[in-house]
Amino acid sequence: MIDVVIIGGGVIGCAVARELSRYDLSVSLLEKTDDICNGQSKANTAIIHGGYDAKPGTLKAKFNVLGNKMYDEICKELDVPYKWNTSLVVSFGQNGHAKLEELKEQGIKNGVLGLSIIGQDELRKREPNIGSTAYEALLVTNGGIVCPYELTQAYAENAAVNGVEFYRNAEVTGVEKIDGGWKVTSKAGTFTAKAVVNCAGLYSDVINNMVSEDKLKIVPRRGEYYIVDKNYADMFHAAIFQLPTKMGKGILVSPTVDGTVLLGPTAEDIDDKTDTRTTAFGLSKVLKYASLTWEDIPRKKFITTFSGLRAHCDRDDFVLGEAPDAPMFFNAAGVESPGLTSSPAIGVYLAEMIADKLDSKKKENFNPIRKGIPKFREMSDEERAKAISANPDYAKIVCRCETVTEAEIREAIRRPVGARSVDGIKRRTRAGMGRCQAGFCTPRTLEILCEELHISPLEVTKFGGDSKYIDSYLFEKGDNENA
Amino acid sequence: MKREITCIGCPMGCRITAEVDGKDIVSIEGYTCNIGKKYAQEELTVPTRMVTALMKVYGTNQPISVKTSQPIEKSKIFDCLKEISKHTVMRPVQIGEVLLKNVCGTQVNIIATKELE
Amino acid sequence: MRNVDILIIGGGPAGLAAAISAYEAGSRNILILERDENLGGILKQCIHNGFGLHTFKEELTGPEYAQRYIDKVIEYGIPTQCDTMVIDVTPDKVVTAVSRGAGLEHFKAKSIILAMGCRERPRGALGTPGWRCSGIYTAGTAQKLVNLKGLMPGKKVVILGSGDIGLIMARRMTFMGAKVQACVELMPFSAGLKRNIVQCLDDYDIPLLLSHTVIDIHGKEHLEGVTVAEVDPKTLKPIEGTEQYYECDTLLLSVGLIPENELTNMAGVKISQATNGAEVNENLQTSVDGVFSCGNVLHVHDLVDYVSEESAKAGINAFKYVKGELKENEKTLEVVNGFGVSGAVPQRISQKIDEPISIMFRPRGVFKKAQVCIDVGDKQVATKKARIFTPGEMVTLKFKPEYLENSGNADKITVRVEVQQ
Repeated sequence: MIDVVIIGGGVIGCAVARELSRYDLSVSLLEKTDDICNGQSKANTAIIHGGYDAKPGTLKAKFNVLGNKMYDEICKELDVPYKWNTSLVVSFGQNGHAKLEELKEQGIKNGVLGLSIIGQDELRKREPNIGSTAYEALLVTNGGIVCPYELTQAYAENAAVNGVEFYRNAEVTGVEKIDGGWKVTSKAGTFTAKAVVNCAGLYSDVINNMVSEDKLKIVPRRGEYYIVDKNYADMFHAAIFQLPTKMGKGILVSPTVDGTVLLGPTAEDIDDKTDTRTTAFGLSKVLKYASLTWEDIPRKKFITTFSGLRAHCDRDDFVLGEAPDAPMFFNAAGVESPGLTSSPAIGVYLAEMIADKLDSKKKENFNPIRKGIPKFREMSDEERAKAISANPDYAKIVCRCETVTEAEIREAIRRPVGARSVDGIKRRTRAGMGRCQAGFCTPRTLEILCEELHISPLEVTKFGGDSKYIDSYLFEKGDNENA
Repeated sequence: MKREITCIGCPMGCRITAEVDGKDIVSIEGYTCNIGKKYAQEELTVPTRMVTALMKVYGTNQPISVKTSQPIEKSKIFDCLKEISKHTVMRPVQIGEVLLKNVCGTQVNIIATKELE
Repeated sequence: MRNVDILIIGGGPAGLAAAISAYEAGSRNILILERDENLGGILKQCIHNGFGLHTFKEELTGPEYAQRYIDKVIEYGIPTQCDTMVIDVTPDKVVTAVSRGAGLEHFKAKSIILAMGCRERPRGALGTPGWRCSGIYTAGTAQKLVNLKGLMPGKKVVILGSGDIGLIMARRMTFMGAKVQACVELMPFSAGLKRNIVQCLDDYDIPLLLSHTVIDIHGKEHLEGVTVAEVDPKTLKPIEGTEQYYECDTLLLSVGLIPENELTNMAGVKISQATNGAEVNENLQTSVDGVFSCGNVLHVHDLVDYVSEESAKAGINAFKYVKGELKENEKTLEVVNGFGVSGAVPQRISQKIDEPISIMFRPRGVFKKAQVCIDVGDKQVATKKARIFTPGEMVTLKFKPEYLENSGNADKITVRVEVQQ
């Protein structure tokens, strides 16, 4: 029997894993799909929320504010790109003042500092390209942006280096109470542990409901997005929100840490927890609302579209902590927005709680520092020359659009909790995320995966399962050697 | 039998219709220049095509590009491809080298269009 | 820092032709930098016929056409560096490149010829809704996998876009044993060569669906099918009720080529919105002194023969520039895209030119019984008739030095289509 099983490899599961790895505990993380960061964590707006949006007294509010304050330290320790570029909640037209005041008051109640309402002059000085009907805005000085998949990846790597075991394709099919703990049945085998942590995102209701009578229901809330080319990186400085609706924070126009611009998301409750499709209706809605903020959206300069499913809980709040009727079963359920912002705080909260209950001590040799894969595109010429002489694979550029080298791609596969698929490489290196959307790099990326994983091109997938690239070789492999 | 084709002699792409009896053209109309007339006459009786294809190279998955040394009868294209697919080539190969003689009895050869060292 | 007189970025048909003509004009300090393992560029994977009719009076396949130029480069001993990627070009012509063999290198060039070619528009840029499954490729990527890597993406194919690459791949996939269900084209006409429609689609009974597009993509993990709908020819919006499902495991996209101008931007060169390539004058010189552009990176061509012709001029002019012999006029006239004309190149012509030059453009639509007119200022100076102008076929006009005589204060040259009534 091990100490802790964590169910779910998104940003929450990986944050909990890393925080638990500070302690003298045996921890395993079970991820349903072929890779970590395959759910909400890879498909969101990448915002570090200020904390004015959540209702005071909720866990969302508490952990948003706590988490926000931890970002400097965590991103420094884990080498994750982030930026304090501020947020603006903009009222288009003159009738939004009351709502902006309400959000400001809410923020103050939640303990957020640096909130103020700004008028036309300052708004247009900060954002000269904002839409003509923008009237005034709530300035959120502690708002920021982060790379959500690099954060998740960094948490996972650091956890692994500090002893956490990761299992992929390990969908949990049953959790049962046994003497001394829990029996967790999964597609990667059966585990027994003293404690279980439910970080299963969209399926956190399914997992919770296996053990607790305090039932939860998660409704997938789909959000669709556009990504606009890096050429427009300087259009907007802050993350530009519109007034929130009852479905969520509304449609944003926000720069990302990579220099692209995100438009979205919509908010649509659906039935199917696997339906990450984009729709004509959803995408047109994004453009319709985003046009208020950005009147001249360059429609010929979209890089791609995507959609993400939020794990919206029927309780309208996070469900964190020990289940009331299931001792040593801990929930981090219903973690939708502001989950990304809250993740550092949730990780610490649950880890401390579990470590305390298991009466465990902190490790002496815990290493909190994780260095990301050195990025060729960010190096100076001297650094590049040095990198190449140490590793000639740094001279071979595979992804032209994002300037990603072979060295980085191989490293992405070789690292702890490394890439096993093309999308895995994409999230860890940005190869394939650029304007040509992997048109140029795909053939070489396939080859590198084959070399590193010792598989044939017929086995390479985009994201595990059936998502294969190659159907067959041109010619039957075979015995005809007629020359 | 009534036949209709698009002329490829120039971007006009005239539609040419004809009455064809086996290998004889009984009547033909729709062409607007001599290039079209000549193209149609050939295309409607014994259409031919240059075929470019890929052939297996021993010891690798990477194929070599090949072509027919002259156009072959359109009706023989798939037989020709089938015969090509049965062959494996050994390096080295020069551009223009004959890799397969008299493919499908057409008197036409399959030649390499790429050099392999 | 190595000093190079003529540094050519790209060793495909454009770069090769420019290098050869620069050499033949007398230059002995040329360097080609090519990112792939060998020279030849995109021609290496264009194993089909149709190249060289104009240049060699022979019909060659892509690799054979490329080899003619590669042989000449070898014969002349023109220095080339393959497996070398240029990562920076500054406005004062310092080029940075990386390669396994030589690490990071800087070159100080007297002149640069940008010959980087173009890339394909992906599904992401179209924003086609549906699943983000595997099995979706741009036609060129599939072409590379099939023709160079010996790998078949799938067995049941739908092709979106009837540009030449899509048509060629329709035939190639059919030859390699796949079933091509349909070629779906948004516009009411195809932008591909008629010859390719006949020999790639008609020959194999592959339906060409004009005024149609893919509106939905199905398949959670791997592509299973697409929904195709008819579109209104004017608005290009899907018509409700016309949806049809096509089962397929491979979707090939041939929906546009975009010049690959990252380096051009870094060099501070002005880019034309109309072509997405550099703005050039009659010498193919860009807005940055001594930086020239040719081939697909300047504007997307249909025939490689014209790429070679254009690039040869760039090579000669680059050498002239190096010798200080390139006469540049202070005053240039802007070449304006009039009715029916898209992407005219060059975008600027000097007030006085010594030799005739070519103006190339793409017709914006299908025009029958029409003529193209060239106006200098308000004065019509030339016309060219044709039975048909179509977007699939680039038009080349001869612009003679005498057209500029008595041009007075004219600051515009307009190229426009006139349809006879």
